[in-house]
Amino acid sequence: MKLHRPSNRHLAFALALLVLPFVIDAFLGHGWVRIADFALLYIMLALGLNIVVGYAGLLDLGYIAFFAVGAYTYALLGSPQFGLHWPLWMVLPVCALTACFFGVLLGAPTLRLRGDYLAIVTLGFGEIIRIFLNNLNAPFNITNGPQGISGIDPLRIGDFSFSKTHELFGVEFSSVHLHYYLFFAFTLLIIFVSLRLQHSRIGRAWMAIREDEVAANAMGINTRNIKLLAFAMGAMFGGISGGLFAGFQGFVSPESFSLMESVMVLCMVVLGGMGNVSGVVLGGVLLVILPELFRNGAGPVQQALFGKILIDPESLRMLMFGLALILVMIWRPAGLWPSTQRRRESMPDESVALQEQDTVYDASK
Amino acid sequence: MDILLQQIINGLVQGSVYALVALGYTMVYGILGLINFAHGEVVMVGAMIAFTMLQTLLAAAVSPVLAILLSLLVAMALCMALGYGIERIAYRPLRNAPRLAPLITAIGMSIVLQNLAMMIWGREYHAFPMPLGNALHEVGGAIITDVQIGIVLVALLMMSGLMIVVHRTRMGRAMRAVAENPSAAVLMGVDINRVISTTFMLGSALAAVAGFMVSANYGIVHYYMGFMLGLKAFTAAVLGGIGNLRGAMLGGVLLGLIESLGAGYVGDLTGGFLGSNYQDVFAFFVLIAVLVFRPSGLLGERVAERA
Repeated sequence: MKLHRPSNRHLAFALALLVLPFVIDAFLGHGWVRIADFALLYIMLALGLNIVVGYAGLLDLGYIAFFAVGAYTYALLGSPQFGLHWPLWMVLPVCALTACFFGVLLGAPTLRLRGDYLAIVTLGFGEIIRIFLNNLNAPFNITNGPQGISGIDPLRIGDFSFSKTHELFGVEFSSVHLHYYLFFAFTLLIIFVSLRLQHSRIGRAWMAIREDEVAANAMGINTRNIKLLAFAMGAMFGGISGGLFAGFQGFVSPESFSLMESVMVLCMVVLGGMGNVSGVVLGGVLLVILPELFRNGAGPVQQALFGKILIDPESLRMLMFGLALILVMIWRPAGLWPSTQRRRESMPDESVALQEQDTVYDASK
Repeated sequence: MDILLQQIINGLVQGSVYALVALGYTMVYGILGLINFAHGEVVMVGAMIAFTMLQTLLAAAVSPVLAILLSLLVAMALCMALGYGIERIAYRPLRNAPRLAPLITAIGMSIVLQNLAMMIWGREYHAFPMPLGNALHEVGGAIITDVQIGIVLVALLMMSGLMIVVHRTRMGRAMRAVAENPSAAVLMGVDINRVISTTFMLGSALAAVAGFMVSANYGIVHYYMGFMLGLKAFTAAVLGGIGNLRGAMLGGVLLGLIESLGAGYVGDLTGGFLGSNYQDVFAFFVLIAVLVFRPSGLLGERVAERA
């Protein structure tokens, strides 16, 4: 995707996203703005994982570990746990760097592994991190064990706290709205970095490794360093969103970082369209919003149809989620919105050629 | 000394279960190059079916031995059907799709099975019936139960049965041919779809047995029991060299031993810093170490080329 000059359409879209929290608030209520906040956090995570899985083709099943590392770093540096209360501009870089360090720690020994071996090792790594977080309350209490850390400082820049209601320009912004804008800004930043990386020398090197590692090596790419870089960059994004998550939630516990969460983020990337930033964003939005819709909708619908709740909405939600994963993959194995390159691989030539012609005409309008 | 022996016995018992489940992973991987993520859930479904069957049969005053045999057979049969269904629905349509697509459908399948089981059997833990009791025997200061002896014996029986099927029958030869080179096998007239279906069904039958064994050993069944077990078994399969049947058995038993010895002695080794609650970490550390120094697993030389 090239960065075009912003057209009216883009501006309108940006404007729509900016007023979105108010629209959601007016029609669906406060709770849904919170869900939108979480959607943004997940999008950041998915974009981070997209670098590892989508660009470099390294299957990472323990990605949530970096999210956990970021969240716990924030929690330890800004909570009564150690009595530390670092400001946001200091904590977030530390979150990013710690996650980065763990990324390299995971990456270094696993560089020689390929495909499914890498998947299982990353999965193990994710579990190791979670188990340590769960058990590091004895003999020294670091993480407070399964109870987790509570009372975490809210996200704050100077005296401006994101967890309080503020009145700006005569409009009242509540905490969830403010977080929306903060996360939105970070998401935009990560999208920008992802897009710039994609067509940079590094991005092309990642894709070369994804397609054929031996050939990439022969072309003079230092595969070891470039793969490490993918792990580190991906981990960094995970760490940043982890820090934001801890500040937003005010509470972290090992439970939030289970393997299921890694799987969820991976599903966002693969379902949306690996390697394509727009697709990954779409995947993140869908996988956060749809299950929530189901959670809120399944009960009343059953009530209306059968007069009583036959199936617990929570398990029905997960059931539908699982079915959706299967059906979407059978229907569109390359994801809902694959990158042009992937589309070319998985579709007959003519249809792609036609589609590309369409976009050419579209751009010349 | 008796503690060491006890840990070795526990490890061997747990390892036999891992080995049976790991065989299912490794057979599918050897033939399709695919991680069948839903395999752990097949173990769970097998355990659940066996539980329901046992309960009904015992309530109907069927003799205990017959009840156990019948419920085991029914669990195996239904799990074979389930394995066949999983392959048809989630994997066959994606045989030529990008590599990650079947992984996602597998995850989807696993979520579906878990939640279906939760709807049918509920969220609570069920006590697994023990119609024959569970006598304790003392061996050199360590204790071994009837169930544990049964587990090791049945596991050995199942594994030798599988080896005979794979190495002595026509279907086994077809399976090995497909694992070696699918397109050449097709040219030689092997019905690849049938081979793949059979592989899934064999693996699922072993999974049902493993599910029965693990619930009898712990005395409980739960809709979530398959997840961690599946994960460990897959770890065992990779440890032994995935795609390799003997590797899966070796990996399973080794992983069981490492876990129980690790959990038993980690406290002493680290001066009390780490406790037995790090048992799961142990398995994964060993796995990472093995893969770093021997990326193809202990016995998997040939298969590594394809990974």
